[in-house]
Amino acid sequence: MELLVASAIGLLTAAGVYLVLRQRTFPVIIGVSLLTYAVNVFLFTTGRLAINLPPVLQDKSGAGTYTDPLPQALVLTAIVISFGMTAVVVMIALSAYLSSDSDRIDTDARGEEDGA
Amino acid sequence: MSHWIIAPVILPALLAAVTMLAFRHHILLQRVFSTAGTVLLLAIALGLAVSAAGGTVTVYDLGNWPAPFGIVLVLDRLSALMVLLTAALALGVQLYAIGSGWDERGKHFHALFQFQLMGVCGAFLTGDAFNLFVFFEVLLIASYGLMIHGGGPRRLRAGTQYVVYNLLGSTLFLFALGTIYAVTGTLNMADLAVKVGELPADDTALIRVGAVLLLLVFAVKAALLPLHFWLPESYANAPAPVAALFAIMTKVGAYAILRMYTLVFGPEAGIVAGSFDAWLMPAALLTVAVGMIGILGARDLGRLTAYAAIGSMGTLLVAVALFAPGATTAALYYMIHSTFATAALFLVADMVMERRGADGVEIRAAQPIPQNGLIASIFFISAIAMAGMPPLSGFIGKLLVLDAARDVPGATTIWAVILVTSLIAIVGLARAGSTVFWKGYGIVTDETDTAPAAPTRGGGLAFVAAFGLLAPLVGMTLAAGPVTAYLDATAAQLYAPDAYLDAVLSGTPVKAEEAQ
Repeated sequence: MELLVASAIGLLTAAGVYLVLRQRTFPVIIGVSLLTYAVNVFLFTTGRLAINLPPVLQDKSGAGTYTDPLPQALVLTAIVISFGMTAVVVMIALSAYLSSDSDRIDTDARGEEDGA
Repeated sequence: MSHWIIAPVILPALLAAVTMLAFRHHILLQRVFSTAGTVLLLAIALGLAVSAAGGTVTVYDLGNWPAPFGIVLVLDRLSALMVLLTAALALGVQLYAIGSGWDERGKHFHALFQFQLMGVCGAFLTGDAFNLFVFFEVLLIASYGLMIHGGGPRRLRAGTQYVVYNLLGSTLFLFALGTIYAVTGTLNMADLAVKVGELPADDTALIRVGAVLLLLVFAVKAALLPLHFWLPESYANAPAPVAALFAIMTKVGAYAILRMYTLVFGPEAGIVAGSFDAWLMPAALLTVAVGMIGILGARDLGRLTAYAAIGSMGTLLVAVALFAPGATTAALYYMIHSTFATAALFLVADMVMERRGADGVEIRAAQPIPQNGLIASIFFISAIAMAGMPPLSGFIGKLLVLDAARDVPGATTIWAVILVTSLIAIVGLARAGSTVFWKGYGIVTDETDTAPAAPTRGGGLAFVAAFGLLAPLVGMTLAAGPVTAYLDATAAQLYAPDAYLDAVLSGTPVKAEEAQ
């Protein structure tokens, strides 16, 4: 299972990085979304993968294992933030496209070098 | 437990919400309340700085949860200093925004401004790495709104880049935090410091990866060389008061590097040694070089200032990368100086652009603008400070940096880079200043009948604000002794983290139960 999850994260990240390097805003935003999915799954696994276990310590002896609840809280925060951020970037990219009739991500309108 | 520590976070948050809900159509009320809020923030920051000056580390447990379990805010000399710096800069920038009418050119300037202050103050005060991420996001999402304030195709496209770049930075931040949590099982900075110190010496691969990833994130924020590409385009196209406020944002990155890499991955934590210190210094030196050469090569004032910001961040990071108390004193002094100098330069660039009208941003001779002499004087004062010429604080700051680098390996390189690039910056700034402000008198006879109209915006308040931002530079020069004494104490506190660890972790009675 570790191999499966790890390669899923790797695949998402690779696809995300590839898309982020494209020239138009739409693939870049999709790429950013893929990267945030990758990081969400990654955060989820940082508490170690455990199946069918409650996220709370139930017996006080500490003998029973449990799923670490903290990464789940972190993922929740990360999901909310990345969701909001993606919405913002879509809005800004859309208004940039509508106002300048170009959805290229790099700016070269003034003929500047260094349009990173 | 003093509740004042959380005030720099709560006050802007409440004020922003009230501004947005109650006075969204009343620019006057927005201005009054927002300025009053910033003045109040400055007063609170002063109070906090006074209470932290004695060297005590005050901890605020949010929700009264003890340290490694709950989120804590920590007030020590460094965080108090940074909050004070933020509030002082914010007041100047806000007065300029009001005086120049920038805040009327789009919606919600003051609400976003306050949210930005909330994020910045929170990032300086928090004692929890994940909470640092959250405050980074707060300040970023406010900065996205501010960045595109006023609109316009070029600004929106630059804004898109800025947002995408920072989203990638945030993703990297999460990867770094995840890695660190996977190794240590905690994200409280003090607890991390303890746990990192206890890690077995033969199992350090992951924590080293985490440490380097985290440094990359902060390097993006601080515009360290290979990761600086977002800055020139964003800052040059942002509204001037916003660009001036962003002068503090790069410092958030520098602060985070200072905090994490003295407390958690400090000089004593031998396991991460060699993973980042090998390339931090060369990267910082390259940043200085690129920034200063950029000043010489820039074709418009906005870019010139943006590269000046990169160059000064480089100088600051050179001092940070030395990781020694003396060098950190120099870094902090230079940090305060460069924040105000950068902000003042952005405001001057804006004053020139406003008066020159369309396409006036380029550095070329045009007819003298109204109030040419006054604006030129602000430009040259801030340029002298930025380039590090005497008599202003830039000179003292660079002197401190050079002095701190005297005995380290590679001192010759550091000295050579800083001194040569200072010369380049002086040439670049002098060329830009003389072209923009003086050359125009030669061509004035050609087209006298189309003299530029007197500006409708940018009255007295804008000048007061711009000169107000220069005042700390003069003050820091005159009071260099007391200031460096305080910064010495700050640096000493940073390199003796035991007091910090004790203060944060002492209130943890739960530990005894865990041990059973």
